[in-house]
Amino acid sequence: MTTHATRPAGARETTEGTVYTVTGGDWDEVAREVADRADDEKIIVNMGPQHPSTHGVLRLILEIDGETVTEARAGIGYLHTGIEKNLEYRTWTQGPTFVTRMDYLTPFFNEAAYCLGVEKLLGITDDVPDRASIIRVLLMEINRLSSHFVAFATGGMELGASTVMIYGFRDREVCLDIFELITGLRMNHAFIRPGGLAQDLPPGGIDALREFVKKMRKNLPEYDKLCTGNPVFKARLKDVGYLDLTGCLALGATGPVLRSAGLPHDLRKTDPYCGYETYDFEVPTTDTCDSFGRFLLRLEEMHQSLRIVEQCIDRLAEPGPVMVADKKIAWPAQLALGPDGLGNSLDHIRNIMGTSMEALIHHFKLVTEGFRVPPGQVYTAVESAKGELGVHLVSDGGTRPYRVHFRDPSFTNLQSMAAMCEGGMVADVIVAVASLDPVMGGVDR
Amino acid sequence: MSGDEQVNGNTSTSGPPAQRADAGEPIARRRGMFGANNGGDTTGYGGLTRTVHMPGASSRPYGGYFDEVADELEGALEEQGTDPEAAIERTVVDRGEITFHIAREHLPQVARTLRDDPALRFELCTGVSGVHNPHDTGRELHAVYHLRSLTHGRLIRLEVSAPDSDPHVPSIVDIYPTNDWHERETYDFFGLIFDGHPALTRIMMPDDWQGHPQRKDYPLGGVPVEYKGAQIPAPDQRRSYS
Repeated sequence: MTTHATRPAGARETTEGTVYTVTGGDWDEVAREVADRADDEKIIVNMGPQHPSTHGVLRLILEIDGETVTEARAGIGYLHTGIEKNLEYRTWTQGPTFVTRMDYLTPFFNEAAYCLGVEKLLGITDDVPDRASIIRVLLMEINRLSSHFVAFATGGMELGASTVMIYGFRDREVCLDIFELITGLRMNHAFIRPGGLAQDLPPGGIDALREFVKKMRKNLPEYDKLCTGNPVFKARLKDVGYLDLTGCLALGATGPVLRSAGLPHDLRKTDPYCGYETYDFEVPTTDTCDSFGRFLLRLEEMHQSLRIVEQCIDRLAEPGPVMVADKKIAWPAQLALGPDGLGNSLDHIRNIMGTSMEALIHHFKLVTEGFRVPPGQVYTAVESAKGELGVHLVSDGGTRPYRVHFRDPSFTNLQSMAAMCEGGMVADVIVAVASLDPVMGGVDR
Repeated sequence: MSGDEQVNGNTSTSGPPAQRADAGEPIARRRGMFGANNGGDTTGYGGLTRTVHMPGASSRPYGGYFDEVADELEGALEEQGTDPEAAIERTVVDRGEITFHIAREHLPQVARTLRDDPALRFELCTGVSGVHNPHDTGRELHAVYHLRSLTHGRLIRLEVSAPDSDPHVPSIVDIYPTNDWHERETYDFFGLIFDGHPALTRIMMPDDWQGHPQRKDYPLGGVPVEYKGAQIPAPDQRRSYS
C-alpha cells in the first residue's frame, strides 16, 4: 500500500459509495475530502477489526453524523476458535486445557466454572477437599485483580493515559508472577481439574502470597490517587456509557456493569460456590450507571478481593489433600520439576513401572480413556471479573463431554454497546467499550 | 441453588443419579467399546450395546423451591387459558436443577409469564445453548434456556426441542432482548431458526459459511501431526471410547 502526503491511503468506489482506508494520522484529510464531496454529513466508519482502541479483534460499525454516533453495531467472530466443538473430542480431564484459553484474562474462572460443572455431573461436589476449594478461591480472586488491572490499563491507554497503562501492566505482572509460582504458567494454566487441583502450593508459596498482598496494599491506592480525582479522567468517563438497571437486565449485562446501576447482584453472595459464603467481603455498588462508576467499582472490588486473598492465606496453614480421594477420577499426578525442566512424578513412575502392574493398568486406562460421567445436564455459574460466567454441560454417559456451552459475560455485555453509544460522541464509544471490558477470546470462543 | 435435598422422581435423593438404568429418556444407542464404527471391530467388544438415557420425568414433590415455581407457572398458564399439560411436556429434576420441557409453540407465552408474574419474576435470561441429538428422532435439536430470578434467588431451565426436518423455534428476543446475540449464535452453530428474531444472521462464522459447525454430523476436521516419530491422527479420527 502506498501512502500519499495529501491524500488518504486508499479510496475506491463501490456500489455503496466511496470506501476510504484510513491508516492513522490522515483522518483530517479524509474528513475534509468527504465533507467536500458528500451532500450530507453522514458517513459510516468501520472501526477495527484491528484497531488499537478496541479490545482485541472487535469490529465496530458506526454510522456518524458529524461527531455524533447515530447507529452502532459490533461485528464479532474474528477470534472464533471452536473451543466448544473441540471439547467434544477430548476427555473431561483435558477440558481445562481448552477452556482456560477462552477468556484468556480470566483463566481460573473458566477452569473453575467448568470443573464445578463436571463435579456436579459426577455428584462429587461435596467430596472436593477444602484445601482445593480455598486455593481455587485464592486463584480466582488474584485473577479478578489481574483482570481488573488490564481493564484499567487498556482503558487508560485508550484515553491516552499511558501512566495508567504502565501501572496496570506492572501490577498485572505481579499477579502473573504469583500464578507462575503456583501453577508453573503465567497464562493458560489448566491448573484447576475436575475433582480438585493439579498440584498443591509449592514450597514458599504462602510467603510469596503474603508478600504479594503487601505489595498490592501499597499499589492499589496509587490508582485512586492517579485517576479518581483527576479532572481529565473524570470528564472523559462521567456520564459516558450510560446503562440503567432496566437496560442491564433486559440486555443480560452482569458484573460491574450491572452493579454500576446499583444492584448488588454477585453470584458469590446469591449463589455461593467453592465456600464463598464463609468469606467476609462486601459487594460494592454505585448508582451512576456510567463508566466512571464502573471504574470506581472495579477499584473497590479489588480491595475486597485482597481481603478474600488474606483470609485464604490464613486458612491454608492447614495442610491437606487437593484432589478427591476417588482414584477413578483423580489423576495420579503430584509432579515435581525435573532437571530437564519438565514436570514428572518419579515416585509414581517407580510405582507403576516397577512394582504394581495393576497401578500401571489403572494409570493407562484413566489417562487414555478417562472417566465416565453419568448422563444428564447441569448449569454452573461463577462470578467472573466480567460478570456471570455460566457453563452448560451435557453428558451422554461417555468419557467426553457431549456438549459444552460457555455463557461468557463479555459476549453478553458487549451487546449493550449499541445502547450505550448511540446518540453519543465518537470519542465516547471507546470509553464505553472500555468500561464493558470485553475480551474477544471470551466473546468469540 | 438451595441446599435442600432435592427429591428426584425416579433416582436416588442425593449423590450421583443412578447410572445407565432403564429409566429416563433414551436418546441414542451406542455399540462396541472403542468407537470403531467403520470397518471390522477386532476388539471383541463389538457386540456391546448401550442405550443412552437422559434423566426422565420426575414426579411431585420436586423439592425446594421447585414445587412453588411449578405451581405458580401452571396456575398462571391456566389463568391465561392455556392447558399447562400441553405447554409443559415434562418436568425433570436432576442434580438439584429443574428443567421444564416446553412445547415449542408455547415458549414465548411461558417465557413471558415467567418474566412478568410477580411470584415468578425471572428477570435475567442467561442466553440459549443448543444441543444436537442426531439419534433422538423427531427431537434432534434442542434449545436450552437458563432463567435467573434475582428477586427470589432462583434458577430454572427451559428446554425446547425441534426436529431436524423442521428446525424452527419461536424467538424470545422481544421478551429477553439479551437473547439477540445468543439466538444468532445458536442459529450459526446448529441451524436452529428462531422465528421472529429481528435479524437472524451468522455471528461467529463468516457470512458465507456452509453448514452449522456444532452439529454432530459436522466433522471437527484437522490434520495428522508427527510427534516423536509417530503420526498422531486428527482429534476426530482418534480412537474414542463411546
